[in-house]
Amino acid sequence: MTADMTLDATTRTAALALGDDALVLSHRLGEWAGHAPVLEEEVALANIALDLLGQARVLLSMVGDEDELAYLREERAFRNLQLVEQPNGDFAHTIARQLYFSTYQHLLYAELAAAEGPFAPLAAKAVKEVAYHRDHAEQWTLRLGDGTDESRERMRRACGALWRFTGEMFQPVAGLDVDGTALEAAWLASVTAVLDRATLPVPEGPRTGAWAAGAGRQGLHTESFGRMLAEMQHLHRSHPGASW
Amino acid sequence: MTNTDWPLWEVFVRSRRGLSHTHAGSLHAPDAELALRNARDLYTRRGEGVSIWVVPSAAITASSPDEKDPFFEPAADKPYRHPTFYEIPEGVKHL
Repeated sequence: MTADMTLDATTRTAALALGDDALVLSHRLGEWAGHAPVLEEEVALANIALDLLGQARVLLSMVGDEDELAYLREERAFRNLQLVEQPNGDFAHTIARQLYFSTYQHLLYAELAAAEGPFAPLAAKAVKEVAYHRDHAEQWTLRLGDGTDESRERMRRACGALWRFTGEMFQPVAGLDVDGTALEAAWLASVTAVLDRATLPVPEGPRTGAWAAGAGRQGLHTESFGRMLAEMQHLHRSHPGASW
Repeated sequence: MTNTDWPLWEVFVRSRRGLSHTHAGSLHAPDAELALRNARDLYTRRGEGVSIWVVPSAAITASSPDEKDPFFEPAADKPYRHPTFYEIPEGVKHL
């Protein structure tokens, strides 16, 4: 499939950013397959990964050939947030990443679904999926935070470690007609409320590094992203056009 | 997969409005709310249900296979309990 030329260039830029978020997080969650702490949770994470992959396919198809975009781009051409490319770490890191991202994605898609832009049809469908992702992350945040000493400490550490990647979500993206300031306020209120209920401290410190502000959206990625891409792309690059 | 101390839950799914909940299977979960969510992921992924119940397996009292005879045998020789002695009037289709 070729790019949807009825869409203007800025819309396609925005579709690429949102599509890369979904694609990269989907791949990260897929890495849990065979490694999750329990079978039930493995299925839950795989379900979320598949929802995101479906969103990525729609979004990337607005930009061009989805396979080419996913498997043949270099690291610097990806426009995803640095948050979603962060390694799974322990289960607490995965849940903290899910909490931060799915809260943002749910608020964003709800707004896009209500507007009449080019993303409304996708957002209207995806917002229901994402509501579940958000609920899943919140449920686990409550249980890990308000659980044992060990789970609480791990969850506290994970929330703190990923905090500095959360500012990037609210940087303006060309072609995405949303109020970043309002989105950020809603996000902060929601995440703070969940952390409070989970008896976890809201992390201190900046939510962006000077170097990280909007970096992922400009193609600058963190160290582990290259290794993730190598794994994600090697099959397609070794056997172009293979199918089963 | 390591073992966990999570209790076992029985899952009942109602597939359509008007039908009753049917046992779908069982799963592990730390509490009822997560059991419900796990059940959603495991047993309704292909649109099988409109409602889910989860019940702690420990809360179910089951009849024992050893008691099969005293429990079920006496019903076998009471054919009058089956509605087979009626003549179905002509024209009644859905009886």
